[in-house]
Amino acid sequence: MTTEAQTHAHVDHTNYVKVWAILVALLVVSVAGSMTHIREVVLVAAFGVAVVKAYLVAKNFMHITVEKRWVPYLLVVCLLFIVILFAGVAPDVMHHSGLHWTNPSANQAERSAAGAKRE
Amino acid sequence: MSTQTEHAEPGVLKKYLWSTDHKVIAMQYLFTGMAMALLGGFFAYGFRMQLGFPDHSVPGLGLITPGKYNALVTMHGSIMIFWVAMPVLIAAFGNFLIPLMVGCDDMAFPRINRLSYQVFLLSILVLLASFFVKGGPFGGAWTAYPPLSASGAYNLTPIGATLWLVAVALEFVAFLMGGINFTVTAMNSRAPGMKMYDIPILVWMIILANVIFMASVGPLIAGAIMLLFDQTMATGFYDPTRGGDPLLWQHLFWFFGHPEVYVVLLPAMGIVAEIIAVFARKKIFGYKMVLYTAWAVGFLSFVVWAHHQFVAGIDPRMANIFSITTLLISIPIAEMVFLYIATLYGGSIHLDTPMLWALGFVVEFLIGGVTGIFLGSSGTDIYLHDTYFLIAHFHYTFVPIAIIATFAGITFWYPKMFGRMLNETLGKIHFWGTIIPFNVIFIPLFITGIAGDQRRVYNYALFAEQSRPELQHLRTVSTIALLFMLAFQLIFLFNFFWSFRRGKEAGANPWRSATLEWTVPSPPPHGNFAEMPTVYRGPYEYGLPGHAEDFVPQNVPD
Amino acid sequence: MSATAKPIANTRSGTGIPTARLITWWVIASEIVIFGGLLAAYVMHRIGHPEWADAASHTNTWAGAFNTFVLLTSSLCAVLAHKAADARDGPRAAKLLRLTSLGGLIFLCVKGYEWTTDIRDGFVLSSGGFWSFYYTLAGLHGLHVLAGMIIMLIVSADAAKNRELQRVECIGLYWHFVDIVWIFLFPLLYIAR
Repeated sequence: MTTEAQTHAHVDHTNYVKVWAILVALLVVSVAGSMTHIREVVLVAAFGVAVVKAYLVAKNFMHITVEKRWVPYLLVVCLLFIVILFAGVAPDVMHHSGLHWTNPSANQAERSAAGAKRE
Repeated sequence: MSTQTEHAEPGVLKKYLWSTDHKVIAMQYLFTGMAMALLGGFFAYGFRMQLGFPDHSVPGLGLITPGKYNALVTMHGSIMIFWVAMPVLIAAFGNFLIPLMVGCDDMAFPRINRLSYQVFLLSILVLLASFFVKGGPFGGAWTAYPPLSASGAYNLTPIGATLWLVAVALEFVAFLMGGINFTVTAMNSRAPGMKMYDIPILVWMIILANVIFMASVGPLIAGAIMLLFDQTMATGFYDPTRGGDPLLWQHLFWFFGHPEVYVVLLPAMGIVAEIIAVFARKKIFGYKMVLYTAWAVGFLSFVVWAHHQFVAGIDPRMANIFSITTLLISIPIAEMVFLYIATLYGGSIHLDTPMLWALGFVVEFLIGGVTGIFLGSSGTDIYLHDTYFLIAHFHYTFVPIAIIATFAGITFWYPKMFGRMLNETLGKIHFWGTIIPFNVIFIPLFITGIAGDQRRVYNYALFAEQSRPELQHLRTVSTIALLFMLAFQLIFLFNFFWSFRRGKEAGANPWRSATLEWTVPSPPPHGNFAEMPTVYRGPYEYGLPGHAEDFVPQNVPD
Repeated sequence: MSATAKPIANTRSGTGIPTARLITWWVIASEIVIFGGLLAAYVMHRIGHPEWADAASHTNTWAGAFNTFVLLTSSLCAVLAHKAADARDGPRAAKLLRLTSLGGLIFLCVKGYEWTTDIRDGFVLSSGGFWSFYYTLAGLHGLHVLAGMIIMLIVSADAAKNRELQRVECIGLYWHFVDIVWIFLFPLLYIAR
């Protein structure tokens, strides 16, 4: 089958050790970034690097870019459903008070932690 | 091309209990599902007797205490959805028909298929075990909202609650395995010449149902793990005093729960489509449109879930959004029903028993769908939620799905499965004896629901503002109708088992259908096709001019 | 049906993708929503509970980073195994798969050490919101690592005899997915707490 031959041809040309080295370097970057304790740097180092690493693994190790196109689309749609889940649920779960209700335990926990931090 | 499977005749144990043949596994699912239907029906009898004749001892169950009542409704709902509708509509019909309809010799992974049934059976054993533990079976409703479901001190069925959760989780695993197997088979194992739009609608529907199931059950599996830990490991995932949120469970549950209803609806509609084409001798009107609307329903089903939570205290802005999406989803379903009606128009209609069931499905489901509009609009839902109006609505959708479409499928494919015809007269008596009482059960419940009867209340006499003795006659009528409906099922059971040996021999194609499963002997041999078929046309070539027969099977060369 | 006789259904390929790899992709799709659901639940709780930062600071970043390194290296072994299988060199593929499994074992041992110290310090599953999620997330992932290792050893046993070599790629795909889940768990639980 042509597709299989194409996949195999691609497999033979990738330098997997080189990809691995880049992944490890990125790991080091993310840990280093977290040690700066600057919020924006930490977040970018942590999650930005994670996204890049995931893409590198998917592309070079899983050969997802050489696979039939609908496969990555399927996986992205699954991720999309999780985003929809988050969008629909977070407004309820992330808040500790609303129009007619409060969650006193959660508010209390937040306040006492903030208080402990100030000390 | 002949089949590769030549082997000696296996012993009874291996043939019926350890087989990897998709047809045997289908029968395992079918008979297990039917047995569970009897159990679920028995439980309905139990709680309806309490509602129709409050505080009278129920023959076979004794006095229905509040705890018993809660367990009965919980088990009835759980069993009917997870252990009847899904195994029969998806696993039984899917297993039996998919390889036959796409023209191959088995599923792509027969041993995974066998494993899926074994895990499914295990889930039933776990569920049945919960009937015998201290406290009895879980009584927190099939929706299992925490804190009721998380705390044994509240639900009074702590062991049952955990066993129920484990049983449901095992059922999910079984259907994930089976579903992925079906999907791979339908995608890859088709006969040469069977292109995407030559696939019978039922196969498409089962595959779509499996994909919807797979994509929606993940978050609930996560949620179930969290609930299990809340029940057994003193975590507080759903405890607001410990950093959790009970609404999270509701969202995770309904994120699955709503697509789940389409998971069972689509195969039912697929069965109805196959039958309508055959008994109207006409190809499905708008085959591609049926597919597109099914895909639209599949996608939309993921963005409507919170209509189950309008009164749960969700963000009101969410309620607006979910109302709109919920009303939107009625459009593609209605479109599908219109396409079926258009298929009937101008057809040469034969009212055999399977066709009666298929038409019954369309009529009854229409009522269910239309009454859903009142519940999908958040304004009216504030009044109607958790009343008997809701119960009547979802039974007008679920009973067509799990009962009517099942009988349609069984009466239609029984000849293929068992090589014999069912008795037509008994079939028609059974049909009317089911449909008429079904309506008499639930129409009074629409009325009591609008009047304000709340669900999951075992005895209204205990709640002053709910106690309306003037409505009691409606509740009693509903119960009596159920007794009639259950009694008529005996006719079906007799017909089903009697016809095994005494039914007229069926031959390969008694209904003169054009799809591939009717080109092999009844029942099909191991390996299905003596020679693997090649497909030359679509699945509904009926009434073609210039042919001697009024149909042309898919595998006949031009 | 004998153990190795496959139905014709297994050998056809209407999509152009072999059935083994096709089913692997579907399994991965289903796992995305399982882990995704759990992760989404964690993220919304974590954002809504900034006070969990204190609890979160007790996770062992070095153990997490080392484990990330281990999984990345094991993924390298897995893809090299695939390359060997494509070249029909079953014994080499089997050796590399066993190395991958070894990586999984090291991962689980480090995790075992990590959890032992956490529990000794008094942080258990029920110690509060953050810890409940931490153990559940890492535990579910760990179960998948364990399952992957077991399947991988079974596949390598066949591969060593040059049998069922197509399964090498498939278990590799699963393993890469498990690696990717950890790639996101690591920042969530260890660095961007």
